[in-house]
Amino acid sequence: MAILLRGEDRIIVQGVTGNQGRFHTRQMLDYGAQVVGGISPGKAGQTVEGVPVFDTVRQAVQATTATASIVFVPAAFAKDAAFEALENGIRLLVLIPEHIAVQDSIDIVTRAQDLGAVVIGPNTFGLITPGEHTKMGIMPNHIYKPGKIGVVARSGTLSYEIAFSLSNAGLGQSTVVGMGGDPVVGQTFISVLKAFHHDPETEAVVMVGEIGGSAEEEAAEYIQTLHKPVVAYLAGRSAPAGKRMGHAGAIIERGRGTLESKERALSAAGVRVVTMPWEVAPAMREMLGQ
Amino acid sequence: MKQYEYMAKGHLSRQGIKIPPGQVADTPEEARNAVAEIGPAALKAQVLVGGRGKAGGIKFARTPDEAHAVAESILGMDLKGYRVDRLYVEGKLDIDQELYVSVTTDRNVKAPLVMASAQGGMEIEELANELIVRRHVNPRVGVMPYLGREMAQAMGLTPSLSREFADLLVRLYRIYRDLDAELVEINPLAVVDGHLVAADARLNIDDSALYRHPDLPTVVEGSALEEKVHALGLAYVELEGDIAVMANGAGMAMATLDAIQYYGGKPANFLDAGGGATVEPTAQALGVLVDMHPKAIFINIFGGITRCDDVAQAIVQVRRRQGIPVPLVVRLVGTNEREGVALLKGEGIAAFSEMSAAAQRVVELAGEGR
Repeated sequence: MAILLRGEDRIIVQGVTGNQGRFHTRQMLDYGAQVVGGISPGKAGQTVEGVPVFDTVRQAVQATTATASIVFVPAAFAKDAAFEALENGIRLLVLIPEHIAVQDSIDIVTRAQDLGAVVIGPNTFGLITPGEHTKMGIMPNHIYKPGKIGVVARSGTLSYEIAFSLSNAGLGQSTVVGMGGDPVVGQTFISVLKAFHHDPETEAVVMVGEIGGSAEEEAAEYIQTLHKPVVAYLAGRSAPAGKRMGHAGAIIERGRGTLESKERALSAAGVRVVTMPWEVAPAMREMLGQ
Repeated sequence: MKQYEYMAKGHLSRQGIKIPPGQVADTPEEARNAVAEIGPAALKAQVLVGGRGKAGGIKFARTPDEAHAVAESILGMDLKGYRVDRLYVEGKLDIDQELYVSVTTDRNVKAPLVMASAQGGMEIEELANELIVRRHVNPRVGVMPYLGREMAQAMGLTPSLSREFADLLVRLYRIYRDLDAELVEINPLAVVDGHLVAADARLNIDDSALYRHPDLPTVVEGSALEEKVHALGLAYVELEGDIAVMANGAGMAMATLDAIQYYGGKPANFLDAGGGATVEPTAQALGVLVDMHPKAIFINIFGGITRCDDVAQAIVQVRRRQGIPVPLVVRLVGTNEREGVALLKGEGIAAFSEMSAAAQRVVELAGEGR
């Protein structure tokens, strides 16, 4: 088992003929993902890495019965692409682009709520389920191993670092989910933690958070009711207030979103909060009694 | 992107929200002329920080000559790290009551949030929780006047003020939506002769939406160096230490700074070279670090989409092009690691594979640490 993304899920790629779309279609296929179609208006009939290209999501869904889509179009066109997917029956939508306007993200996430669809991102590396050889995202294939640790992260490369150290320590992953680095994203730590809670194959969870917002604080309250061990690493200890640290959402604003506040809340909820990324795997082994 | 007060007020006024008469002044002479026209006025420093009043950035002048003298004292002064280059000269108000109102985005609820208070004037963070009326906005519905009336009732406003407040809130939400604002705030929202007037205003625009608003004036907030690096399309923040840092990905870059600090060092900057940067952008980013004249440079790469050999090539290129005259520590793992490490070895640079060991080493080389 795993969460959100299963091996049998049929996936389409919006923006499949662009550089990024093409490259990651290859990577996803190599990993074993069921990529069954691509969308690029005006390019129907072509193939990309052996995958048929369609003009519209509607056409692609009819032809392939796909229910999941990963979006690689430029930020300015992402809202249109997301709505096209949602209105045509896509129920797992991964939004890779960075710099999508927040108002657009609000509209996308709101519509997804109405339709009962799951949005991952925007500004995410996606999600991967190693045990079922499938992924929707831009993460490197070789760093993950099948296993029982759920990982939920706000940031890409940092989560690669941590997932790789888990793999090297013999701690494989059930599913790794990138929530995205933007202020408004489809998931919360709580929604992903709940899914891990209900997944019998997930034994423990790693949270990779960062400064900005209060998603970690909100999660802390929920974690008190979660009977699985949680290890958290949070980035941005040394970040000054009022500065955006790369991610649009990583900013301490008007005294809110500090690392101290997040650490305090998580520690109080029984989470093992570590100071440095390389301490995650040893702490997890310890919590699992290994 | 933040907007200066006078710009924010321009937007309020265009949307039909009442503001006091005002003029921009860049010289004492212009301030004198403004007061001659407007009458007794507040001279307000146009800087992008709150708490201007307490810091001496807002002063009053009754006569044109007084305005000249006051402007001379404020223009050019340093206000919380910002130089004052421009004043907004605004007609003095006889304020009966100060309210607060804002529209912003609630990240957790993923919806707009309206906040209001009958106790305006100070920063909202300093207000007791029970004095703030909060309402989320359903983005499918938007703000209709009833929401304003409900909030006005909770604030204890009179019926006639309640009507005005409801009307104002509809307009304020329109600005939030139409201009892609992260925050639009009126504080204080002054009650003057029984009417609402925006006495001070803040407007922050979502950077990701600027392409939709080509008419907005560009407001530069960061240092000259920050601007230069941003122009390369890289995320960069200047810090106070002397170990220059580059990493790929925002989270990794933050974690790298944290690691330097953990070992007792002081990072000079945050630089995200991008999750999938190729040779040329990486070389440009490294060039920026060299130009900062740090005590040492730390490059921390976990190659996923970024290829280690690309990073190594960029390092070699910068060494040959401009030289790297300070100690350099490179940590390189992931995609094409072997090729990258070999390339660096050929140049006499030993790459680390552990982030912890590399961070410790760069702190030592910078002569810092514990």
